[in-house]
This record gives sequence, C-alpha cells and structure tokens, in this order.
Amino acid sequence: MLAIYRRELKSYFTSMIGPIFIAVAVIFTGIYFMVYNLNAGYQYFSYALGSTLFIYILLVPILTMRSLSEERRSKTDQLLLTSPVTVNQMIIGKYLAMISVFAIACLIFCICPVIVTFGGAGHLASDYAAIFMFFVCGCVFIAVGMLISSLTESQVIAAVGTLGILLFLYFMSALSGYIPTTALGSFAGCLILLVLLCLILYFFTKNWLVSGGISAVGIVACVVLYFTKPEVFENLLPGILENLSLTTKLDTIMYTFVLDFSGLFYYLSVIFVMLFLTVQVVQKRRWS
Amino acid sequence: MIEVKNLVKRYGSHVAVDHLSFRVEDGQIYGFLGANGAGKSTTMNIMTGYIGATEGEVLIDGHDILSEPEEAKKCIGYLPELPPLYMDMKVDEYLNFVSELKKIDKNKRSEYVKKSMEMTGLLPVSGRLIRNLSKGYRQRVGLAQAIMGMPKIIILDEPTVGLDPKQIIEIRDLIRSLAKNHTVILSSHILSEVSEVCDHIMIISHGKLAASDTPENLMKMMDTSHTLELLVKGSEEQIHEVVDGVDEITSVTIKPSDEENVMAVSLNMKEDTDVRERLFYGFADARCPILMMKSSKVSLEDVFMELTADDEKARKEREAAEKEEEDLSGEFMDASMKEDLPGEFADAAQEEDLSAEFTEDTKKEEQ
Repeated sequence: MLAIYRRELKSYFTSMIGPIFIAVAVIFTGIYFMVYNLNAGYQYFSYALGSTLFIYILLVPILTMRSLSEERRSKTDQLLLTSPVTVNQMIIGKYLAMISVFAIACLIFCICPVIVTFGGAGHLASDYAAIFMFFVCGCVFIAVGMLISSLTESQVIAAVGTLGILLFLYFMSALSGYIPTTALGSFAGCLILLVLLCLILYFFTKNWLVSGGISAVGIVACVVLYFTKPEVFENLLPGILENLSLTTKLDTIMYTFVLDFSGLFYYLSVIFVMLFLTVQVVQKRRWS
Repeated sequence: MIEVKNLVKRYGSHVAVDHLSFRVEDGQIYGFLGANGAGKSTTMNIMTGYIGATEGEVLIDGHDILSEPEEAKKCIGYLPELPPLYMDMKVDEYLNFVSELKKIDKNKRSEYVKKSMEMTGLLPVSGRLIRNLSKGYRQRVGLAQAIMGMPKIIILDEPTVGLDPKQIIEIRDLIRSLAKNHTVILSSHILSEVSEVCDHIMIISHGKLAASDTPENLMKMMDTSHTLELLVKGSEEQIHEVVDGVDEITSVTIKPSDEENVMAVSLNMKEDTDVRERLFYGFADARCPILMMKSSKVSLEDVFMELTADDEKARKEREAAEKEEEDLSGEFMDASMKEDLPGEFADAAQEEDLSAEFTEDTKKEEQ
C-alpha cells in the first residue's frame, strides 16, 4: 500500500498534474482572499474559502481522471493485481495519494488566517475548523472522481463524468427549491424514482422478476402510504435532497462558524461508500 | 508446483477456458502452445490471480490463489502479454517500486534490483525513462519485473514477441538459465521456440488441453509408419522391380522428378524395419543409382496441425457464418474485425517463416 501511495504521489508531481492543481487552487483562493479579506476587510477567511468551492468542480476531475482508468488502459493494473497486495490496499493507496495533493493546497491556505490577524482581530479557531471541513469536503469530491475513473478506460470520459456529477452535487440544494413541495408532487416523484430503480436493477441483474418485484413492492407501499397518511409526502423529496446536499454542510462552518459534526460524519460516510463501491467495481471486473 | 483443476472461464456465452486440468512440476520449463485466442493468456491470467475463474481452482505451491492470494502471489513472477510498465518512470525507479510492491525485505531490495537488471542486461539503461526505450528493452524491463525477488514460479506470456533474433536468443538463454532454480511457464504460438526451450509442452486448443507431453514423445505419438523418400535414376519399371522384391514395403508412389530420367520414390513400410541396406544393393544390382535417400519424420508442426485441425475447421465455419451475417447487414463492417484481420495474417506469416526454418533445421540434421 505504501509503495503504491509513494509511486502515485511521485507520478502526480512528475506529470505536472499535481503542481498545476495546487497552483490553480492557491491562485483562486488568493484572489478571493485578497478581495474579501484584504480589500474589503472581512475578518473571517472561511468566507473567502467557501466561495472558491466551485473551482474544485473543475479541478478535482483533472486530479482523479487518470487514477484508475489509465491503469486499466495501459494494463499496469495487471502488475498491481498479480502482486501480493489486496484490492483494498491498492484503492486506499491511490486515494491517499490524491488527497495528499489536495492536502498540500490546504496547508498553504492555513497561512491566510494568520495574515488576517496581522490586520486586526482574527478568528483562528473557526477559520482552521473551516479549512479542515473544506478539506474533508474536497476528499468527498475526490472519492467521487475515483469511483467514476474506475468505471471507464478513458480519461476524458472519467473527467467529464466526474464534472457532471460534481456539478449536480453542487447545485443539488439550489435545485431542490424547484421541486414541488406538495404531497402529490413528492408522491409522483417517488413513483418515477421507483420505475428508474427498476430499470437500473434490471440493467445490473438482467432479471425482470427481481427488479420488477422490488419496484412493485415499493410502488404498492407508496400508494398505500399516500392514501392513509398523505402528510408523510409533504415536502419529502425537497427535504431529502436538501439534507443530502454536500454544500449545505459546508455552509454551516463557512458562514455561521459552527462546526457541524453531523456534517463531518456525513462526509466521512460518503467517502467510505465511494471507496467501497470503487473496490467493488474493480473486483467485479476481475470476475466478469 | 502448480495444480490446476477443472478450470472454466466463461465470458457471457463464450467459453474461453473449458475444464482445463494439469500439473506443473518444479524445476522444468513448460510451454503453452496454441493458436491465437486458444485461451493461453486467459489461463495465465487466472493462474496469477489477475482474473477469477468461473469454476475450478488453482493451487500455487499448495496455496489457493483465491483463499490465500497473498501467499500464492508471492511465489509468482508474471510477465503479461503487454509488459505492465509505467511510462513516466525510470527503469531503476520502476524496478525499485516493483521490489517494494512484492514485499521484498528492505535490506535485500537494492541487491535484487541490481541482480534482475544484470540478468536482463538493463544496467546501461537504468537511468532512462521507460517511455523512451525501444520495444525490446521494454520487454526486458517487463522480464526483469517478473524475475524480481527470484520467485519460485515464473510465468511468461509470449516473452519473445517483438524482439529481434539476437534478443530472442538472449532471452531464450536467460529462460534456460532461470530453469535451474525456478519453474518456468511460457506461452507462445511459435512452434520452434517452444520445441527448443521447453521440457514439456501443453497444446491448448479452444480452451481445452489437446496434448501434454515432452516434445520427443509428442513427435513419437505421430510417428506410426515409417516413410522413406528416394531419388533414383532409372525407369519406373526398373524401380518397381526392385521395390516389389522387398516384402516389408507396404506402399509405393513413383513420380517423375525435376531432373531428367530421375524418379522421386516414396515408400511406406512396416514398423521397426530397416530396408535401407537391401534397397541400396537392390538398386545397385539393377544399375539404378540412388541419388538421395532420407527417412521423413513428422515434425512438431504436423503434431500441432493435427491436434488443432478441428480448431481450424471450426474457425473457418465461424468465419463463413460471420461473412454471411456481414452480407446481410450490408456495408457495415465491424471496426474491430478490420483491425484483427491483418494482425492474424501477420502472425500466421511469422509462424510460417519460423516453422519453415525449423523444418529446414531438422532436415539438415537428418541428412
């Protein structure tokens, strides 16, 4: 695992992807820092940092696109998978290398709150907590990118796919405002989701009985619930989307200066699920 | 020692490996021989734990590749068809990474890296980027990777593809020297290579084991009737007279040869008989000089063709069926097929060249 980690990290810096990633991140954060903190005199660095999150929607795909897809294309995965290393170790090694590159950028951000204190009152504790949460949020993005990269042999498809999903995650809470909040709206939304679930299950299992059965049970349950307790569907889908949104968890620390442990726990669970799925994708390929 | 039991690998409805079972003993060189797409690489990929089998098990030195992958994989060095090289690394960097990946003791790493570079002749290019190396050197880096840490079992998938004749000889010598302390399994579709290097040949056809024996035994297997080829100066009647006087001869064919007044005679005779002396005196008495006499043995190529004959037939049928489909679908042609065809032809041509060389060699020996 350590060997893979070291090789990956080194390759990020020999291929220029690492330095470019760090440079762009630092430059953009620097611009926001200058505008918000140095020029406008705002005391919290977290405010500037929170505004730069959208840059990572473009940067993270560049960092993650080649992690597993390139390995597959050049068949170097044959070396890793036939050496005495488990798939878990291989994935974790690669993941740690990517978040290390991001961590270097975050370490550079740590200078900013100190600079703020030179100009007057600083808020070191809340700013460092914000940088930490920001780092964990970035780790979630990277985990998503790695999962997409494991699904394809093409770096371009991996990058574009990651970009699309990160964009959706970024705008999820904003989009949730446009979903009807009425019980009927959520009820219809649930039915559509169940049909989609049926199609997805069929795609993976090729078995209409299983996929259709599960969806039919879900649809019946929804219908029964809707006619007996319609208030359950009140604001259901917008609420779920709002709660699952990654960015709202970050906003609590960035703009209200409260460290939200439930948000941290949510991030860590998403990372775990993404890594687990990545391992499953790699394993599945060996068996099909 | 490797034990492969009842191995099956299916890709959808296509069966790549079909109930394959064999045993590989220590300290010998084994050769997998088979046409393109016979299932050699798939079998090797399963043996090394790169892909999983649909059914069956593989035991490496008593360790199951699935239940104890780490123990089993430590015993194996593997060179896949395409060497798994990171193009952005230097040769020594890459080999250091491999030694670390293979969990070689920290103190011994540099020693093993140096040793594997020495054995494959990589020392002059140790500081160069793999991206800038020629195909032959890349193949050597792949080989150095496979022998890293001197594992008990070394599996090489078509190790000499893309090398020049001098490099091929070097690699063969290296493989032979490795066999002193290791078990080597190599695959090839080139007959001369396998017959020259290997102690034991396994012919794989359509995912099944068609034959498994030493090269000598495989040739013996085919050698059921002895055949003599002669060039005799004289008329057809004279030759018939002499030949009919020898009882052991079962059949005769006489054809005029390129030279004037000279006949090409081919004789089949009973097993374990030697009629060469009697023929000599017989023709001498009839005053018909023998210009050439040689016993024609079957070559390994004949064995291979015989064993994979059904294979060819099936392939032709399949191709015919594909052609029909193509005609039906109009002008559409699968891009992958287009790519495959010239490759196959090139391979076949190469094989012919080498096997021609090989039969020439054997002819010389016999003369």
